[in-house]
Amino acid sequence: MTRFVLHRIGFYVLVAVLLAFFAVPLLWLASAPFTSDPTYQVRMPDFTADNFRALFDNPYALGSLWNSVLLAAGTAVLVVAFATLAAYALSRVRLPGRDALLYTLLLLSSIITGTAAMVPLFQLAVELQLIDSQLGLILILTGGLLPAAIFMMKDFMDSTPKSYEESARVFGATPLQIVRHVVVPLVRPGLATIGVWAVANVWGNFLMPYLLLSDVEKQPGAVIMYTLYTEGGQANLQLLATFGLLYSVPVVLMYLFVSKKYGFRFHGGIKR
Amino acid sequence: MSAIELRGLTKVYPGGVKALDSLDLTIPDGEFFALLGPSGCGKTTLLRTIAGLETATGGAVVIGGRDVTGVQPGGRDIAMVFQDYALFPHMDVTDNIAYPLRIKKVARSTREQKAAEVGARLGLDKLMDRRPGQLSGGQQQRVALARVMATQAQAFLFDEPLSNLDARLRLEARTFLKKLQHELGVTTVFVTHDQAEALAMADRMAVMESGHIRQIGTPAEVFQRPANTFVAGFIGSTPMNLLDGVVRGDTVEVADCKLAVPQSAEGLLRDGEKIVYGVRPEYNGYSAEPVDGSLVGKVSIVENLGASYLVTLDVNGVPVQAVVPEGHEPALGDEGYALPRRDRALIYRDGELVSA
Repeated sequence: MTRFVLHRIGFYVLVAVLLAFFAVPLLWLASAPFTSDPTYQVRMPDFTADNFRALFDNPYALGSLWNSVLLAAGTAVLVVAFATLAAYALSRVRLPGRDALLYTLLLLSSIITGTAAMVPLFQLAVELQLIDSQLGLILILTGGLLPAAIFMMKDFMDSTPKSYEESARVFGATPLQIVRHVVVPLVRPGLATIGVWAVANVWGNFLMPYLLLSDVEKQPGAVIMYTLYTEGGQANLQLLATFGLLYSVPVVLMYLFVSKKYGFRFHGGIKR
Repeated sequence: MSAIELRGLTKVYPGGVKALDSLDLTIPDGEFFALLGPSGCGKTTLLRTIAGLETATGGAVVIGGRDVTGVQPGGRDIAMVFQDYALFPHMDVTDNIAYPLRIKKVARSTREQKAAEVGARLGLDKLMDRRPGQLSGGQQQRVALARVMATQAQAFLFDEPLSNLDARLRLEARTFLKKLQHELGVTTVFVTHDQAEALAMADRMAVMESGHIRQIGTPAEVFQRPANTFVAGFIGSTPMNLLDGVVRGDTVEVADCKLAVPQSAEGLLRDGEKIVYGVRPEYNGYSAEPVDGSLVGKVSIVENLGASYLVTLDVNGVPVQAVVPEGHEPALGDEGYALPRRDRALIYRDGELVSA
């Protein structure tokens, strides 16, 4: 009995320590923006708005968040649209070497937007005059995310029974009508997953925008955060903490919204 | 309304599997037609080829006098109920029933009215706002039927329409389907692996085996006079006794018993030839007293069929089955006599029915 109790105590202490590792940074993020003169310590905030005022005085802070939204939304829309069509075709049409193609794409995609291809990508963007253009960045980010998105989407497509589509076909629906009326509603959770995943990826991406956008006005939050220093070259905790909070809020809101709206699947209509 | 005609229809799958081998079949206007066969016999492929979901490798499909072999499913003016019903789970019953009309660009108000009409006819009026997931199996089936009815197609195709219902519901649905088809008078082809279902519902039926049609006929014809031993063994809730025998003058010798030549084969047999003697257990009269020209053996198994018993006799090592009415069932080990009805027994030569 004592052994069991000791065992439980030990287990919960371990869990508590592990949780602390995750909880403390979040506590800091929640409290530091409201503390005057924040340090690395988690302290009871005195609820000052000075930090926010200071941040709003920064000419690029709010604009960069809007840039982040543009980049993330643009990329997510393109990724979802292209991945859906490609995955549907790949799932329904028999192509020789289809699986090999998918795996190769997946392998290459981790290189495309990765550090390894930094120089050629930069060169390519310069040649195509896509440098310092948000559209160019969106296209490159889309290219990098698409293979994995197609891969994930194909899984969703494979798991929807074909008889839904055949049924629509017999009633005379065209392939695009089938995708619109039947396939898209059925894989909506998949679309939401891919969309959220794309947004989160772009939102946190530092390297690509840093590399391809030189105009500060166009840079997203992830890059602007890198510029928040004091005159002395020290990290400006006041601004960093406040910006960090504002930077995380949209992503958290998106997760809440999506899980509320799409966090379910339709059932029935197919007798198993 | 219209007839369905198949001419030399062939389907070869990539890889060389011949699912349909030069089938000819005519289904007249308004007929309720069953495609029956064991799994893998090609019956579902045949239905899907009529629907256009599979492309024929050779031959022609003619619906209502129009050759539709190369036409997309949507252009064939047919409607299909799938085995799993394939109701769209994100649409309510109204939208499901109205979907074919939506494709035809019928105005929303018209199609909702039509859906309500058809739904009411099938007793779905209280369920029109539900999603398929909120319906029972029987209700889902009726929605699938309503959706097909809303198309007003020339012909209906049902793929195993009853196989997803539980046993009791299946009997109800059988009666319901037959009545509905009769009222609508639309040419309907359905696929089933259940011979009882085919016998009960169909006006005519085709029995299929590995891509070939082995017999076409009314349920009565197929049940009473199976054209070959395959059909004989497949049709009937208790399989037909198929006994190897030899013709001896005007009798047939089966398991060392002498039986009279059945009426259907009189004068058509040669002395000494090897044949298969077929008789359904239902047409095999059982007696506890010795009878001339009967199969004699010991009772080895007695199975309860409800209002009757299925008795298996061991006739010199050959099992022979007979149906005995309740109250007359023998005990295990009794001596028994089975006298086949001469007007119902059949002779098969090389697997094919011998008849005039």
